[in-house]
Amino acid sequence: MNPVNYLYLAALLFTIGAAGVLIRRNAIVLFMCVELMLNACNLAFVTFSRMHGNLDGQIIAFFTMVVAAAEVVVGLAIIVSVFRARHSASVDDASLMKL
Amino acid sequence: MENLIGLLVAAPLLGAALLLCGGRRLDGKGHLLGTALALASFVIGAVLFADMLGRDEHDRALHSHLFSWIPVGGFRADVAFQLDQLSMTFVLLITGVGSLIHIYSIGYMEHDERRRRFFGYLNLFLAAMLLLVLADNYLLLYVGWEGVGLASYLLIGFWQHKPSAATAAKKAFIVNRVGDVGLSIAIMLMFTTFGTFAFAPVLSNATDASEGKLTAIGLMLLLAACGKSAQVPLQSWLGDAMEGPTPVSALIHAATMVTAGVYLITRSGAIFNNAPDAQTAVVTVGAVTLLFGAIVGCAKDDIKKALAGSTMSQIGYMILAAGLGPIGYVFAIMHLVTHGFFKAGLFLGAGSVMHGMNDEVDMRKYGGLRKYMPVTFVTFGLGYLAIIGFPGLSGFWSKDKIIEAAFAKGGTEGWILGGAALLGAAITAYYMTRVMLLTFFGEKRWVPDEQGNEPHPHESPKSMTIPMIVLAFGSVFAGGLFSLNDAFLKWLEPVTSHSHGHSPLSAATVTAGTMVVLLIGVAIAWVQYGRRPVPSTAPRGSLLTRAARRDLLQDDFNHVVLVKPGEYLTRGLVYVDHKLVDGVVNGTAASVGGLSGRLRKLQNGYARTYAVSMFGGTAVLIAATLLMRAV
Amino acid sequence: MSSMLAAATSTTSTGEAVQFWILATVAVIGALGTILMRKAVHSALCLAGTMIVLAVFYLANGAYFLGVVQIVVYTGAIMMLFLFVVMLVGVTAADSLKETLKGQRWLAALCGLGFGILLCAGIGNASLKSFNGLGQANSGGNVEGLATLIFTKYVFAFEITGALLITAAVGAMVLTHRERTERALSQREQAERRVRTGTQVPPLPAPGVYARHNAVDVPGLLPDGTPAELSVNPTLRGRGQMRDVSGKALAQLAALEQRSARWLGRDAKGGKGAGRPGGAKGAEGAEGADRHDSANGAAGPGGADHPEDSKGVAK
Repeated sequence: MNPVNYLYLAALLFTIGAAGVLIRRNAIVLFMCVELMLNACNLAFVTFSRMHGNLDGQIIAFFTMVVAAAEVVVGLAIIVSVFRARHSASVDDASLMKL
Repeated sequence: MENLIGLLVAAPLLGAALLLCGGRRLDGKGHLLGTALALASFVIGAVLFADMLGRDEHDRALHSHLFSWIPVGGFRADVAFQLDQLSMTFVLLITGVGSLIHIYSIGYMEHDERRRRFFGYLNLFLAAMLLLVLADNYLLLYVGWEGVGLASYLLIGFWQHKPSAATAAKKAFIVNRVGDVGLSIAIMLMFTTFGTFAFAPVLSNATDASEGKLTAIGLMLLLAACGKSAQVPLQSWLGDAMEGPTPVSALIHAATMVTAGVYLITRSGAIFNNAPDAQTAVVTVGAVTLLFGAIVGCAKDDIKKALAGSTMSQIGYMILAAGLGPIGYVFAIMHLVTHGFFKAGLFLGAGSVMHGMNDEVDMRKYGGLRKYMPVTFVTFGLGYLAIIGFPGLSGFWSKDKIIEAAFAKGGTEGWILGGAALLGAAITAYYMTRVMLLTFFGEKRWVPDEQGNEPHPHESPKSMTIPMIVLAFGSVFAGGLFSLNDAFLKWLEPVTSHSHGHSPLSAATVTAGTMVVLLIGVAIAWVQYGRRPVPSTAPRGSLLTRAARRDLLQDDFNHVVLVKPGEYLTRGLVYVDHKLVDGVVNGTAASVGGLSGRLRKLQNGYARTYAVSMFGGTAVLIAATLLMRAV
Repeated sequence: MSSMLAAATSTTSTGEAVQFWILATVAVIGALGTILMRKAVHSALCLAGTMIVLAVFYLANGAYFLGVVQIVVYTGAIMMLFLFVVMLVGVTAADSLKETLKGQRWLAALCGLGFGILLCAGIGNASLKSFNGLGQANSGGNVEGLATLIFTKYVFAFEITGALLITAAVGAMVLTHRERTERALSQREQAERRVRTGTQVPPLPAPGVYARHNAVDVPGLLPDGTPAELSVNPTLRGRGQMRDVSGKALAQLAALEQRSARWLGRDAKGGKGAGRPGGAKGAEGAEGADRHDSANGAAGPGGADHPEDSKGVAK
């Protein structure tokens, strides 16, 4: 087996995550899908690291994790405060920016 | 002495400023102030005249440079005056007749609550007119030219509460604009040709310029003269201008302003002398107008309009004479001065009649007034005799000379012009006799007006009769005085030059011919209006009469030739503007609006829809990248 | 470089291949579960599964440190954070899978399909026939190698991520912090207010009183046998999770006990002799009712006043 299969898996997971972002309305699930996409990217980075034979890809994946952690913290905080204000976690309910 | 020239203009200008800005405080004495300043101007003119007579005849011109007006590089316009014999003549006429009419207006406008304003306008007119004749360059002349136009507009529309007066004022103003455009073009042409507007360099260098350019300048000057002097084809405003108060008609629309065209042509004589085609145009305009005005004057029942036709006709004589070149300049000015006397007198007489007849202007409702208004009758009669050229009176001397000069033009042209002038003299005799007979002879025909007020004809107050008497003296003696030893000829010759021409007829023959046509004209009028009673409503009349009553269809002509096409043009432009220009603009706006309306639906506020757009965009970007790598 | 090139191979071990195909399937199923499960909790669990699989893949790819971090930080910390928020927010209508935006699903499917195909095409297009492996890079230990890079080459990025994390922590606090705008009421003030408004002056009844069950979701019974709604927590009431122990439930219980008594051989002789006032109407179900230690006996005195209630009990 060639490690390129990891890349195909990463592409598949990324696409699934993106589709999830598009079809789910619950902000929390939507956020999970974003995490899935980030993880797919990390897998690709790690695989690239192996292919190139150096650790830079792993470093990038590491930073991605850190940034994802920060993003989750802030994002969930936003979801919680939106929920408090509107009693809804649906991204479709926050649609005031139209017409 | 030079400094006094400025004062000539300044005195009435001060009067205008005081009267127009002074407010109600001056209501009581304003008319006296205006009259005093007009008289002051006349006195200054007389002093200058005396001074001028004391000097050598070739060294009589005075120059006064006040200040540099617009100095820009090679362009130089000064406020500077030039007082030579020609200007002097005008100054005396303007201030003299002007002062008399100021005095007359004191009585005539006594019951008008806006009398102060009226005198302000009169003073403004005097100042502008003096500026016109005293300017030493064409640009300053243009300022005066517009100034008299403004004063004329204000005075014609003085009784602006009458729609007819307001309309007449606008008509006069607009028709004059056409002529003013001609003057401004002429000035521009002068600047490009000679590099200056001052009279002296332009006129002394006229021979250097090409004939084509001179002809163009001459024609433009003629257009200006036509506008200001109510000559065909810009004659239509003068008849309506009679809506103004009668003193205005006498001063502006008979004696002074309307003669500005004659002054312009005479002043620019050097240009016309070198442009024979322009001269031909001038004499044609003059001849046509003198007949045109005379025919119109025959048909009008409104006494002022009949006199207006007469004015037009007499100015036609002057223009004709001015167009003859050095043969006629002097006689044009001489007729101008004598005409200033007798026509002003006639208008003042007409005003006096109206004053006594409750402002009735229809001559068919006068009749037999000589018993009620003896002074008016006598002064008006003397004016009448002067205008028809009764031997010995002013008109005889000046008009006879013009007819003579017309024949002296020589060739077929001379015969045609002379014939036209003779015919004009006959018609003049006819229509003036008609006016005289209808107004002062026959039985009384007046009727009560709508309010049932029976007119009580009465003689006018002294303030009105004295100017009439003074003008009557002028009408009787001015011509003879001027012709004594050819005094006027010698006076003006240094400025305008003079030549006798080659008349195919002797002076005596022309005089005799003039007498004959004069008698014929008077006789026809006598037969028509003196021997049988006059109907108080006008009979239908022949086709020519009806046309003449409508000013020989001048307004219809203008309407059909100018107004209608103009309306069609504007209608077409409006159509194009609405359909094409607005269509493009509105179409663009509508399409942009429609497109935005549809695009707006993309902005539905749902984050997920935006995410789809983003995702799709990313896919397209990847596709593009792959495609670029593959290619 | 030359040695690295020399180390380049094109296939992995068979063991890794087997592991890949099995776990990849699990990962994809987990991912699909994440986006298709109706409840957010299930989605979170599916995602956690996928993440653990990914951790294994990291380990297989020689990223030992990342593999451990993935499990500890991602699956352990971040996913727990998600679960906390899910608990906090609760179940909402947003959990419905019914699509409300017109055409959204089709567009999403189209874009996803196109994107995936293009991505795969891109990967397939790249010349990735051989790979180097991390043998040499990891020779000094994976963690040591990463540490060397982080504190040399990427030290600035590392410092900046530190700043980012602090900012994120502060941001989360700011976003979720709610300022108290008024003083909390003291107990005395609360009591006075209750008296003033006249609502429920004594303490609320406890759940399970006079009932067979004393669980929090069982309402206490009033003397007439009807359930006292007030005795149940409002949250449970709001969710409709209040258990109904009156009426039918009691009857079933009674039947059960009767059966068990019969089965145990005890005679139900005292059934008809019971001094239950409502027994005349509910005779058939009252067998052994005397042995009901509390509920029915307590409800008995009020039975005459509430015939339909007694009837319900009898059924």
